[in-house]
Amino acid sequence: MRGKAYAAERAVRLLVMAVYLVVMVFPLYWMLITSLKPQKDIFSLPIYYWPKTFTLANYENIFKITKFHVYIFNSVIVSLSAAVIVLAVATLSSYVLARHKFRGSGQIMFFFFLTQVIPAFIGFAPLYLMLSKMNLVNTTQGLILIYTVMGIPFSTIMLKGFFQRVPSSLEEAAQIDGCSRLGALIRVILPVMLPGLSATFIFSFVQNWNELFFSVIVINSEHLKTIPVAMNSFITKFDVDWGSMSAATVLSVIPTMILFALCQRLIVQGLTQGAEKG
Amino acid sequence: MNGSDRSVPAVIDKPRNSRSAIWFIAGCLAPAVLLVLVFTYYPMLRGVTMAFQNYTLFDLSDARFVGFGNFKEILDNPQFITALKNSVYWVFFSLICQFVLGFGIALLLKNRFFGRGFYQGMIFFPWAMSGFLIGLIWRWLYNGQIGVINNLLIKIGLIDTPIPFLSSPKWGMFAVITANVWYGIAFFAIMLLAALQSVPEEISEAAEVDGANRLQRLFRITIPYIMPTILTTVILRIIWIMNFPDLIYAMTNGGPAGSTHILATYMMDKIIFGGDYGKASAVGVVMMVVLVLFMVFYFAAARREKAGDF
Repeated sequence: MRGKAYAAERAVRLLVMAVYLVVMVFPLYWMLITSLKPQKDIFSLPIYYWPKTFTLANYENIFKITKFHVYIFNSVIVSLSAAVIVLAVATLSSYVLARHKFRGSGQIMFFFFLTQVIPAFIGFAPLYLMLSKMNLVNTTQGLILIYTVMGIPFSTIMLKGFFQRVPSSLEEAAQIDGCSRLGALIRVILPVMLPGLSATFIFSFVQNWNELFFSVIVINSEHLKTIPVAMNSFITKFDVDWGSMSAATVLSVIPTMILFALCQRLIVQGLTQGAEKG
Repeated sequence: MNGSDRSVPAVIDKPRNSRSAIWFIAGCLAPAVLLVLVFTYYPMLRGVTMAFQNYTLFDLSDARFVGFGNFKEILDNPQFITALKNSVYWVFFSLICQFVLGFGIALLLKNRFFGRGFYQGMIFFPWAMSGFLIGLIWRWLYNGQIGVINNLLIKIGLIDTPIPFLSSPKWGMFAVITANVWYGIAFFAIMLLAALQSVPEEISEAAEVDGANRLQRLFRITIPYIMPTILTTVILRIIWIMNFPDLIYAMTNGGPAGSTHILATYMMDKIIFGGDYGKASAVGVVMMVVLVLFMVFYFAAARREKAGDF
């Protein structure tokens, strides 16, 4: 009797999980096969759930009628630069917050945490005006500055969690051996922290890669556009051209999916420990 | 720290830092703190004052203070009231569905099984995508003529003619909320799974020996045990959903006729298309006030329940 109940329960479990998996994967699958269909199959009935004919025409199309290779290049430059600066700045701040007890350390953590809670959009317009005073509107540097500032607080919180898992006896030993504080951090701790650092770096890169509104506001010139800015203008430009739209979506998702897949476990760890500590 | 700190008795909980340590701490913190102070906190405070100014991008010469003028104007605007109501629906329904479904998935994933890592990876992937792209994908799925959702509904016989999901005021909010639920389930699943895995087996086993059935164990032992995580994740999520315009922006951009605007998209609309920073900031301040009031109630209730250690 008990055995039968277990088998039934197992079947229900499997069914629920399978349904959920299909629901999660289907939208992406649909975008992918749309991008591989010829135009006439996309816009006519009946709808094919598996393409009748495969074509790369949509991909060729976006490179032909837009400067998609330029957008990709810009996105890489902006996301990478900001992620590198964020990592450097946040490594220093999080290391100190994780290792040293000093008056005000709690307040500084709260200072970083609060930026994650108050709606950032309130600062949107003033920040734009600041950029324009600094002559950084419509420049790659302006966007890098914004992404750097937006990334620092969360990366500090995330890295602090990773630092706390590294035993402090490590750098104490290094300092007894004559390393300076910074030397101990760079030569002894950072190599041990490599997984945590790469997870934080990738998370920050993906955030920059995906950001929409600031880039739309800051960038106007065709040759400076990042992928989201370009896709935002696609909506109006090719409102009905879902072939190009889906191809652009697939192209812009691939890098971030690969990066996330590489260190998914560590990113999850970094995010969950943040939430558990509040 | 330095060698002399070691001799300090353990009773003193904050060890004194030497002068070189203080310089090291200050030097390491300065770049992060200064950047965030200048480019995050200053603009936010300036944004709050802008809400009381007549501040439009097209006429900066007339940036006079207008008291509560912007607030009066937006409150008189029926579009704002719609956006306010929609924000409540948006947060409430998205959150409830994401939480319940995410918790269910977390319970299913708690026990080891073959391929669990892979499965987790597959349901985790929306996190790698931007809200904007998710919105585009769902805009295509919900397409009123040749969208696959309409096609499926017709195939299984639920409807005869396609529903114009994104261009009808009746269905718009439903469409954007379902997309948001899809996007957010994984967040709760992953967070709650981590919490579930921290519940010691012995407690649950002891209760099983005492004759508690599975539901009793879930509600009397597991849930109270992970309550602090639940409360934190829920509040973080509420804030996040409230401030999340990307998905609606991509799916409907607030349309048709403003019927799917939430406060966040309404505000972005005022900035991007209107250049009206004064009113946009006023909307932002309203959002902040709503969130702060909500958090005060939330934490008061959480404390009364003695459920979490905030």
